[in-house]
Formats: sequence, structure tokens, C-alpha cells
Amino acid sequence: MLIGAVVLFPAVELVRASLSRYSITGLYQGAVGGRNYARLLQQDALGPVALNTLTWVGAVVGLTLVISLALAQFLDLEFPGRRLVRWALIVPWAASLIMTSKLFVWIYDYYFGLLNRALVALHVVRGPIDWLGDDRTVMGAMIGVGVFVSLPFTTYVLLAGLQSIPGEVYEAARVDGASGWRTYWAVTLPLLRPALVVAAVLNLIYVFNSFPIVWTLNDRNPGFGHDTLITYMYKIAFKSALRDVGLAAALGVVNVLLTLAAVLVYLNTVRWRESFEA
Amino acid sequence: MRRAGRTVAGQLVALALLAPYLVMLLTALKPEAELRTSPPRLLPSDWQPGNFVTVLADPGFQSWLRVSLVVAALSTALVVVAAVPAAYHTARRRFRGRTAFLLLVLVTQMFSPTALVVGLYREFFELDLVNTYSALILTNAAFNLAFAVWMLRAFFASIPREVEEAAAVDGCGRLRTLVSIVLPLARPGIVTVVIFAFIAAWNEYVVALTLMTDPDMKPLTVGITSYVTAYVQHWNLLFAASTLAIVPVVILFALIEPYLVAGLTAGSVK
Repeated sequence: MLIGAVVLFPAVELVRASLSRYSITGLYQGAVGGRNYARLLQQDALGPVALNTLTWVGAVVGLTLVISLALAQFLDLEFPGRRLVRWALIVPWAASLIMTSKLFVWIYDYYFGLLNRALVALHVVRGPIDWLGDDRTVMGAMIGVGVFVSLPFTTYVLLAGLQSIPGEVYEAARVDGASGWRTYWAVTLPLLRPALVVAAVLNLIYVFNSFPIVWTLNDRNPGFGHDTLITYMYKIAFKSALRDVGLAAALGVVNVLLTLAAVLVYLNTVRWRESFEA
Repeated sequence: MRRAGRTVAGQLVALALLAPYLVMLLTALKPEAELRTSPPRLLPSDWQPGNFVTVLADPGFQSWLRVSLVVAALSTALVVVAAVPAAYHTARRRFRGRTAFLLLVLVTQMFSPTALVVGLYREFFELDLVNTYSALILTNAAFNLAFAVWMLRAFFASIPREVEEAAAVDGCGRLRTLVSIVLPLARPGIVTVVIFAFIAAWNEYVVALTLMTDPDMKPLTVGITSYVTAYVQHWNLLFAASTLAIVPVVILFALIEPYLVAGLTAGSVK
């Protein structure tokens, strides 16, 4: 129990942080009642920001899963130089997100960025594109970085899933006369389902809570036009003219509840109890 | 032939993953003037490895580096000190609230401090801990503890009880058994936890951005952004500093990669 106390200290700290957030709302409730939440719903930016969040999370998680599945499949094969790929995959994972985000600001740069240079040279586009300044491209540009940094973890999870499928299963399928594609659809994918679900839900949580990419790539643009719920909350609390802690806290509670819902879905799908009761 | 094709494809994939960081390194080696050539060139025409010296000699960089090292080292130490007994206890004993405790650990692991950042700021503001090492150390330790407990629990659980019983028969006390038998056996787990906690704290951004507003108390992740602002545009120095911050971390990460996936997909992998 003494041990429990030692461990619980930071955890309690955590709970207290969440309690103190409630207490801010509580504090303001004395004066304004539940109006922080009512005001939150009245913010003109909330609708577009919620939509941005949906686009951001949906696109990043979706694209990441598809590309990672292909990558994992590829890394499951034997070939010389496989270590190089595995090693390269670690770099975007280990590097600080803020540094990677800054790097992409530079690569996307209108005048001096190498992306425009390469695309113009390859005749993909006629003139340079203001990736991070143009309303039509900024979300896509952010999604690109989001996918790039989410690939390593996802690929490793799916690779672990693939490698846990016993070889005999494939042999049996071959003996039964199943073709390559049919084996894949009928055998590999169903067996990979648990790993796919884990990767999907964890990515959902990570990407929803992702801050540095949107914060950095979108920082030239005024207003909340390309913010997600997380960066919107941060701007309300610390950066915008509003500096409205009560309002931000209300949104914070919403964000925490959304994350919690995803965590519960995750724990339910992986049936976490079995992992240590067994 | 097919294997050769795979090797080529593999090299292309590796190149795609590394290309942005190659741009980082090459930009870090450019002189200031070459940052503003349009159209831009990939390679510097005048190589400037001196940028790295400039960054290392910059008092600002030294200060950020110091903060990052102190925060990462102390929060890692805190994580290990707290996680080892907790993990051992939950792996070996069934006690009241064990399930609830492990659930709490799992939920914490999946939570990023970002969602809680407004609450964290209010808390440390009220405790008057804004701009102190303690605030950042405690936050980092708390959020990395979950991974550590979960990871170590698995390692301790995999050590057969008989080993400990044998040690007891040989006259080892509880503590002595833990220190000289169990801990060495769990060493890969402890190394993984140390590296993971260190890197997570080293790379942390949101909480540091919020809590460390004093220029002398900013860690690297927050500090280096001042190389490029609306007023100054030292992209080469920004990337030289970033390269210095990223390289050691990538090497450490590569060492623990085999254990990492199992630890991060907590509860789902046996």
C-alpha cells in the first residue's frame, strides 16, 4: 500500500489537474451557471472547427492505415536491405513532432520550399503553390504531415500482427487451392483484424489530440479557419483575444470526454482484462 | 530477381521516409544567404558545417539544452523509481483495487497531456509552479509512468516465481531478492522504460510551451522555434539545432524498438 501511494502520486496529480479544470468551470458556474457550455455552442467557429477535426482525424487515420498496411505487408517479406527500411521508419517516429512540423513548413514554403521546386520541375504543377497560405491546400498539407508521422507506429503494430499469423495457415489455404488474393481476403485480413482495430483506435486518439502539426503549419493564418478542436481550445485559452479560460475549459471537458469515449471503445475491443487475468 | 526488386523498392521507401530529414540536414549546412535563393537548390553550394558550432556556442541553445536534459533526466528517474515497485507489486500480488489501478494506468497511457493542458496550467498556476522545473518534470513523469508500469509489469510477470523462491531459500531477503535477482532479469524492460521516458520528455512540446514562458526556462522543443519568427529567419540554425536534438534520440529509439510496440499497444498483446 505504501508502494501504491508512491505510484499514485503522479496519477493523483493527474486527476487533480482534471478536477481543477472542472473546478474552474465550477468557479465560473457560480457566476454564469452552465453558460460556458452554452456560449461554446454559440461560437461561430465551433461548427467549422468540428468539421475540420472530423476531416483531419478521418483522413489521417484512414490514409495512415491503408499506407501502413501496404508497408507492413512489404516489410513482412524477406529481402536484403530490409533492416534499412525498418531503420528509416524509426526516424519520423523518434524525431520531435515540433521539429518535423517546422521542417515541413520549410519544405512547403512558397518561394524557397523544395516541394514546389520539385513539382514544377516535374511539370506536375505550372507554378508554385502557397501550400500553407491557400485555404484550399492547407488542410491537405497538414494531413500529409499527419500521415507521415503516424506511419511508423502503425506499420510496426500491423507488422507485429502479420508476424503473429502462423505460416501453417497460409500452407493450408494453398493446399485448399486458394489463390493469392483470395488467401489475403479470406485468411490474412480476418486474422489481422485485432491488430487493425488496435492501430485504428490508438491512432484515432493520438491524431485527435495532436497539437504541434496543426499549430505550426497553420500559424500564419488568422482566425480559426483551419483549427481542430484541440488547437481551437488552446487558442481560446492562451492566444486569441478571447483568453477565456472558462470557455476553453468547457471545450477541454468536451475534448477529454471524446478521448475517454475512444479509450473505452479501445479497452472494450482489446478485452484488456484477459491480458493480465490469464 | 524478385528479391532484388524488393531491395530497390525498399530503398525507395527508405528514401521517402528520410528525404525530409535529409533536407533538414542539408539546410542546416547552408549559409544564411543561400536560404533565400529562388528557385531553391537541394545542396548547399558553400558548405557551412560551422552552423553547428554557432548553435552549440549560442547561449540560448545551451540554456534550452540544459532545461531539456534536466527535465528529461529527472522525470525519467522519477518514472523508474515509481514504476519499478508498482509494476512488481501488481505483477506478483493480487490486492484490492488492483484491477482499478491497472485500468487507471491504461487510461492514463492513452491520454495525451494536450487535452488536459488548460487544467494543468490552472493547477500549476495556482501552485505557483509556472516556469519551474518541477512542473514540467512532474507532468512528464505522470504521463510516462503508465507506459513504464505496464511494460515492467509484463517483464516481472515473465520471471518465474521459482527463481525468487530459490533466492529466499538461499537466505535472500525480500529487498535483496528484488535488487540482485529480479531487477537484473528485467533489465531489457528497464532499459526500454528509461529510453522511452527520456525521449517522450525530450520531445514534449505542448505542456512546455504553456508552462515555460520564461526564456531561461524553455526546453529545446520550445526554444529552437525562436530561430525562426516573424522577425528573424535562421532556418539553417533551426535545423542545425533540430539535427543535434534528433540524432541521439533516433539511435536510442532504434535500440528499444522491438519492445516498444508491445508496450504501446498495452493490453492487447500477450
